[in-house]
Amino acid sequence: MEFLRPATWDEALAAKAEYPTALPIAGGTDVMVELNFDVHRPSAILDLNRVTELTEWTNDGSVVRLGASVPYARIISELSGPLPGLALAAHTVGSPQIRNRGGVGGNLGAASPAGDSHPALLAAGRDVHVEAASVRGTRLIPIDEFYVGVKRNCLEADELIRAVHVPVADGPQQFSKIGTRNAMVIAVCAFGFALHPKNGTVGTGIGSAAPTPRRAVEAEEYLQGVLAERGLWESGELLGTEVVQRFGELVKAAASPIDDVRGTADYRRHALAVMARRTLTWCWNDYGKQIRSAA
Amino acid sequence: MRVTFTANGKPVEADDVWEGESLLYVLRERVGLPGSKNACEQGECGSCTVYLDGVPVCSCLVAAGQVQDREVRTVEGLAEETGELGLVQQAFVDAGAVQCGFCTPGLLVQTDALLEKDTQPSDNDIREALSGNLCRCTGYEKIMDAVRLASARKCAGEVS
Repeated sequence: MEFLRPATWDEALAAKAEYPTALPIAGGTDVMVELNFDVHRPSAILDLNRVTELTEWTNDGSVVRLGASVPYARIISELSGPLPGLALAAHTVGSPQIRNRGGVGGNLGAASPAGDSHPALLAAGRDVHVEAASVRGTRLIPIDEFYVGVKRNCLEADELIRAVHVPVADGPQQFSKIGTRNAMVIAVCAFGFALHPKNGTVGTGIGSAAPTPRRAVEAEEYLQGVLAERGLWESGELLGTEVVQRFGELVKAAASPIDDVRGTADYRRHALAVMARRTLTWCWNDYGKQIRSAA
Repeated sequence: MRVTFTANGKPVEADDVWEGESLLYVLRERVGLPGSKNACEQGECGSCTVYLDGVPVCSCLVAAGQVQDREVRTVEGLAEETGELGLVQQAFVDAGAVQCGFCTPGLLVQTDALLEKDTQPSDNDIREALSGNLCRCTGYEKIMDAVRLASARKCAGEVS
């Protein structure tokens, strides 16, 4: 096994081009578990810890460009304002020690359906992009196209994740996750929800209840229709039980979970409907307050 | 491969390190610092917690090669230069927060990190900070006592 230690991003891309089967490691919170248990014996390990720009983020006022290795602990402490959904999701990752090391780049690289970042990223809007780069150039991959199968993403063998581009929140966002306790929990299932009042859309993200993280498209379209037809974006009035229920049912219908050691498919569907109703209610209550205080 | 780094303020060098080896293994088996404990090897238990460049992390989840030229501080480094126990260590002894002792090194480092940031944490803050450290003797109440005692002594020390 080789241990590659590029000092710069260009060196990292060159190394990945030369060793396309090299396994990138940053926080190590996923990769090292596989190595410790001998699940995976890669030909080479590509350490990205020296590439300091991966731990930086920028915010131009409309989009946050979040470096792949910005640890969850810093997403919580530094980005709760512009990226509230992702910060809430980050808070449910592992333990303090894990949040000090792990970052969104690793979640995307592993592409586990149970990754905590995914529902928040999917819900954050249609303009979330993964910035992938290789010696051939850089491309921005829409988040909806990024996940292609269980623990599979659409990266080419010579590509590395540089950053993720996430629109700055223009409305309330929420994240909810089911597990056996509060810390150190792999999601039984999870749900991210966001209101985007500027363009009159809503965002959803389902975690751990399908082969890949996915949006609940019909639930989004239904809710957007109701909000537009009834002028609720302007009034901020209550949604009513029927709308909230219907939204929950549509989210439930969008999942295709399995029975496994963490829970049954039926339980996951039920829990998703509950989380969908709760997160929608929390967000809408916050939005209503904003509208009334602005009036 | 060879890995050189700083452990508890002293330069150390480990040879013949396997590329997939963890920092925990290097500390325990190659540089004579067995204080950090090996239990779950997957970041669930916190027994291997050390400072890496001042940040508490699970050393079982850091690849040895990633610590090249960096600073590691282990539970051994929490003791005074004279060999006397440090403030957090002494508080755990005095509060009876040590049963089998296997989780203690990780708890000590994580508690030290908590009190560095916040000398007077609330009980909720303590529980949150220690949520990644498992005690299978389930001696959590005494551990809470120990952190409160360490907090009180640290505050008293800052006043005097």
